[in-house]
Amino acid sequence: MTEKLIEVKDLKKDYVNDEVVTSVLHGVSFDIHEGEFVAIMGPSGSGKSTLMHILGFLDNLTYGQFFFKGRDVSNLDEDELARIRNEEVGFVFQAFHLLPKTSVYNNVKLPLLYDKAKDDDIKVRSAIKAVGLEHRINNFSNQLSGGEKQRVAIARALVNKPSIIFADEPTGNLDSKSGNAIMEILEGLNDMGHTIILVTHETDTAKHAKRIIKIVDGLIAEDYEVNDRRRAKDGNQLMK
Amino acid sequence: MTSLGIIIGIAAVIVIISAGAGAQSLIVNQFNAIGTNLIGILPGSSDEDGPPASAFGIILQTLKYEDAQAIAQSVPHVTAVSSYNTGMATASYQSAKTDATYYGVMPEYLDVEDTGVDKGRFFDNDEDRGSVKVAVLGWQVARDLFEGQEPVGKKVKIGKEFFEVIGVMRQRGVSGFQNNDEIILIPAQTAQKIMLGVRHVGFIRAKVDKKENLPQAVDDIRLLLRDRHNLLESKVDDFNIRNTADAIKTLTSITDVLKFFLAAIAGISLLVGGVGVMNIMLASVNERVREIGLRKAVGAKPNDIMVQFLAESITVTLTGGVVGIIIGSLISALVAIVARYLGYDWDLVVSPLSIFMGFGVAFVVGLIFGIYPARRAAKLNSIEALRWE
Repeated sequence: MTEKLIEVKDLKKDYVNDEVVTSVLHGVSFDIHEGEFVAIMGPSGSGKSTLMHILGFLDNLTYGQFFFKGRDVSNLDEDELARIRNEEVGFVFQAFHLLPKTSVYNNVKLPLLYDKAKDDDIKVRSAIKAVGLEHRINNFSNQLSGGEKQRVAIARALVNKPSIIFADEPTGNLDSKSGNAIMEILEGLNDMGHTIILVTHETDTAKHAKRIIKIVDGLIAEDYEVNDRRRAKDGNQLMK
Repeated sequence: MTSLGIIIGIAAVIVIISAGAGAQSLIVNQFNAIGTNLIGILPGSSDEDGPPASAFGIILQTLKYEDAQAIAQSVPHVTAVSSYNTGMATASYQSAKTDATYYGVMPEYLDVEDTGVDKGRFFDNDEDRGSVKVAVLGWQVARDLFEGQEPVGKKVKIGKEFFEVIGVMRQRGVSGFQNNDEIILIPAQTAQKIMLGVRHVGFIRAKVDKKENLPQAVDDIRLLLRDRHNLLESKVDDFNIRNTADAIKTLTSITDVLKFFLAAIAGISLLVGGVGVMNIMLASVNERVREIGLRKAVGAKPNDIMVQFLAESITVTLTGGVVGIIIGSLISALVAIVARYLGYDWDLVVSPLSIFMGFGVAFVVGLIFGIYPARRAAKLNSIEALRWE
């Protein structure tokens, strides 16, 4: 039995803006185990991004419980959230979010600046190798194509050996060929044992995952295993 | 603009400390050159702490030649006294001319001023009493008029009168803020009766044997003069007595005021510079919102962000500080060179302290004016920051 990484019970999230309370998540519950590849799907405004932010320790829930590796992380302060983000989570964003005028090497190294561990160089090179960008290691971020940038982002997400990788619409800014290449990398990482949570509003993208959680209007509408899973490798062959 | 403010501010700090120290060492040196056992008596009353009225060019007539003689005779611990009358005239010999200040003094001038003649001799009491037209030339005056010829024994025209040169002073340089090589010395009575047509003296200097006896001597002189001037108990002194320690204090307080103004300039410049740095940093934070969001997302704590931006603002001010220190040091050096060229004994003081202070001030300015932008950056919400267009 694999480790239960995430356990969420009746999680609710309200935003308060000038005394106006907007309720975004109305009570969701689920578990995610180590090694899973989960897609959180839903239309705009469904609350899927909010859920990702909470699961990714970027924000706190308003009501309910959130356990991470058995520990109650429902209400942590800013410094604790930052530490967990640094150690346990890797993010891949739709807009890549690389540091401008900075080399691939230093971009991937960024999370390591905020921890106390050593061996930075080994970790950076290993992560860059995992995404196949050794030949671009000294190039600057603005010299890369969209697909390459996203690969750098994945390497950055990997560098601290996180427990979970969050990918928020990772192919949203890419053409279908580059997008497919990215999905192939994510699939490969999952095959190696990484836990991946993918957030998307596109069914085609979501079907690369093994499990889909559908969020509609702040509640879980469906939570099922994917039968007709898409594999990026097949996609590549189709395109040839 | 920002850097300019920081640079000017730091340069001003350096100049203040350096030039201030230089000026004050100059003052002390000037007075040490005169001798610290001197008492000056000036006509006209004034506050003890303020400059004497005669400093403002007002001519007062309450001191007499006989007062100086009386002080020499009656006041214990006084070893030498001279009266001083000052005038300006053109001195000429054959075709050479020079404008000079002449002093009518008593023979004890040499003891009072602790100096001597290089050639010839000084005048004596008989020549003084007889208002004889003899002159002792300052070293530079002798060179200007005689250019290598022997001055002693020649007749020099001072103003409208002819004087016989009986001696040339040693080279003395500047002391008491007077260039002593560019003066001519004539007997006191000659100055009063023949050159100026006055019955009073400009001021009197008395030398005291030991510093410890200065206060007593001052009191004795005051009593003596009050008596001679027939001042009743209720009346204020019609003279004022200064010793060099007082003079140092007065001039030092003037330079302190100058330092204060320089400090004000420095303060304002640094304020302007600091505000500029703050604005630059705020703009930088605004431009880098997404970067800040990203750093937080990968694990930067609010403190990490704050330290990052504070370091950047301090770097900006330290860079300006280095330039300011260099400029300030150059200015101080220039001031010292010019002052020395003019004959003043100015010590160049660019101390490690002033450089340290320059860096310290730059650092603090960067810290203070960088805190607000750094805190703004640290408090950004990473989710919103990442969405920033």
